[in-house]
Amino acid sequence: MTRDEITELVRRTLADVAPDIEGEPIDPDALFRDQFEFDSMDFLNFLTGLHEATGLDIPEAEAPQLASLNGAVEYLSSRLS
Amino acid sequence: MPSLGADMDDGVLIEWLKHPGDAVRRGDIIAVVETQKGAIEIEVFEDGKLTELTVREGERVPVGAVLAFIDGPGAEPAKPAEPPPAPAPAPPEPPRAAPVAPRVGRRVRISPVARRRAAALGVDASGLTGSGPGGAITLADVEAAASAAPKPAAAPRRTAFDPGEMRRAIAAAMERSKREIPHFYLAATVDMSNTLDWIERENAARPVPERLLVIAPVLKAVALALRATPDLNGHWVDGAFRPAESINLGNAVSLRGGGLVAPAIRDTDKRDLDDLMRTLRDVVARARKGALRSSELSDSTVTVTSLGDDGAEVVCPVIYPPQVAMIGFGATVERPWPADGALALRRVQTVTLAADHRVVDGRRGSRFLKTLNDLLQEPEKL
Repeated sequence: MTRDEITELVRRTLADVAPDIEGEPIDPDALFRDQFEFDSMDFLNFLTGLHEATGLDIPEAEAPQLASLNGAVEYLSSRLS
Repeated sequence: MPSLGADMDDGVLIEWLKHPGDAVRRGDIIAVVETQKGAIEIEVFEDGKLTELTVREGERVPVGAVLAFIDGPGAEPAKPAEPPPAPAPAPPEPPRAAPVAPRVGRRVRISPVARRRAAALGVDASGLTGSGPGGAITLADVEAAASAAPKPAAAPRRTAFDPGEMRRAIAAAMERSKREIPHFYLAATVDMSNTLDWIERENAARPVPERLLVIAPVLKAVALALRATPDLNGHWVDGAFRPAESINLGNAVSLRGGGLVAPAIRDTDKRDLDDLMRTLRDVVARARKGALRSSELSDSTVTVTSLGDDGAEVVCPVIYPPQVAMIGFGATVERPWPADGALALRRVQTVTLAADHRVVDGRRGSRFLKTLNDLLQEPEKL
């Protein structure tokens, strides 16, 4: 996947998990928790959406790396390249 | 019109999903009602055949009004002894920036999935022209309308409910609670290390979709502690406590845009942790989308709230009437704690019980907290 495709995947997964934030501007460096009031259930659903879309297993210890848009894109880019 | 909470006086019937002559089974969704908590799916609780609808789409009707008649297997055709009550006149509507569903007036034919999408996108379905069969509004119609709509640079967050209505509903329930219920509070600091360690070990071996959050063992432990303290599990109705037959924990979900719902997890005490986790994920996702079912808003026997994610160490909940207890979990913090004859750094949480003094006394509440603490020391047994 290209970086643009990964970015689109992350945005789409965010919209699936939290349809009420779809279309809102995203600060790529802000934590979803601070920006969108994500709780632990939202974040787990977000990880599950990425797992189902890519087939990647995301170890729990590495999950905090995906807590922002840029973080998620960086992580997935490194795992999918 | 079912009551979906102490704060609900009426609702607007948005859409019938079944029609006279249709067979219905227990659990089927037959209608959608708009309440202060958003669009709620109305279930039936009997098998049978739908014979008559007594409320039109778009009508506002009070709680308790007959919506329809269902003939059960072998039953005589049911007819009202007297005409059903006339719908209450709709009170003046506050201005709405983005109506999520037709309120009154012409009937709008729209599929359930399109209706939910319209609610999520803030599209007024009553203003659309449908391209589906019989002029029904389809998902594509809603998506097209949303794409065509100008997007302001700083649009307010879209929600599947009206935040102002939601706040009024919460205000009504909380005012009633503080006016009528003589609360007392008991708190205990619970060593959560065993539970958290166990979850971390479990999750290390599980793929993402099967992972657990701490809320799953917490809810199961609360439910089992309530089984041992049934005085806390039930409702205060007509001046007396009515114990509930099952333990249905309401799990408070904070909604973006302001607001709160606490959908019930039926028979929480009888579910294993994986089942609880699947159910929680489902109801939280549907709460966010505004697609909860009527029973999920009316069946809770005790509510649990956890603000641990946000850092509050102590939560003193306000009981949701007619329930008689609520349990609050604060943030997990590290504290020096006696363990095996020495001080160790352990992860602890303050658990607070709010209870109705008309129903129980402090000793029962204290016993509940002790039982809960004991259960959370052995998470593998939950």
